[in-house]
Amino acid sequence: MKRVKRRYLALQLETEEEASQREFLDTVWAAITTLYGEHGASQTGLALIDFNDQKKTALIRVSLSMLQQVRASLASVTQINGKEAALHVVAISGTIKSLKKNIS
Amino acid sequence: MKRKFADLHLCLNPKDPNSTPRIMAKAAALGYDLIAVPLNPDIPEAEISKFKSICNDAGADFSSRVDLTPKTRKQLMFQLRKLRRKFEVICVQCENKEVARQAAKDRRVDLLSFPFLDFRDRFFDWAEAELASNSLAALEVDTKPLLLLDGSKRIRLLSTLRREISIAREFHVPVVVSSGVAKEMLLRKPREVAAFASLLGFDEASALNTVSTIPSNIALRNREKLSCGFVAPGIRVVKEGADC
Repeated sequence: MKRVKRRYLALQLETEEEASQREFLDTVWAAITTLYGEHGASQTGLALIDFNDQKKTALIRVSLSMLQQVRASLASVTQINGKEAALHVVAISGTIKSLKKNIS
Repeated sequence: MKRKFADLHLCLNPKDPNSTPRIMAKAAALGYDLIAVPLNPDIPEAEISKFKSICNDAGADFSSRVDLTPKTRKQLMFQLRKLRRKFEVICVQCENKEVARQAAKDRRVDLLSFPFLDFRDRFFDWAEAELASNSLAALEVDTKPLLLLDGSKRIRLLSTLRREISIAREFHVPVVVSSGVAKEMLLRKPREVAAFASLLGFDEASALNTVSTIPSNIALRNREKLSCGFVAPGIRVVKEGADC
């Protein structure tokens, strides 16, 4: 079986109020499902690696073939739990180690 | 070579003049190297210079832009004659077919924009694209309605834009993707806007061009034309006087 190539994304949350990990993840899934449907969402291989509600940062993992679609979905987020918000991709990398090196 | 990103439609909030430096700084921080702001046609030169210095302080280049909303072909011609030498970017909001056709064939027009909610008033069809392909006009698409609309309205807009962009690409009409927002929270990084543009049928490289090469070239081409030594494309006055 062919190995699935993945990319790790470091995200910066821009929100009026603090958002919890659950709210963040629900928002991302909702954005992907709205734009690409459940079939598209199932192909993204999205997983939350790390979430820091104090620094408002998140690390997610996605499948390389769906990277562009996930970025589009992240860009389409305008609200988290009814409050104005934006998600910005800070860095993308092939490994968690190099991603953490890039953002530090 | 590093790409230079441009947002040719960053709106300012007229009710809150204090937000101007903030939104320009935010755009520069997000990675835009060139920002164009739609200004009032009657704005004095001093005011334009003020915006330019605010933008330069934020770390981005500034381009003056004017949005024309003429009702007739004659009005458009009059406004173009009056304003072409004053602004670096001219966008025509095409509200009827007569104006849309004239704007597409006029070489003084840089951007063609269509109402995003009134789908019957979007006149970017084969004829419009053919006219635009022989002039310098590009089709402008704003991300603001794509961010703010939802449900059936967004679905319809996406489908209309995808059709228009496929026509534009067939006729080699350049497409520019801009933000069109006045709120900092709705600003997105250029690469995210490019990812958004991929929803409209662009591949990755073409999507990046719509937020970098194409808008930058429009602003730089006009800046050169408006500079004092310009004679014709490729010809400039380098020295003047009796000893020449």
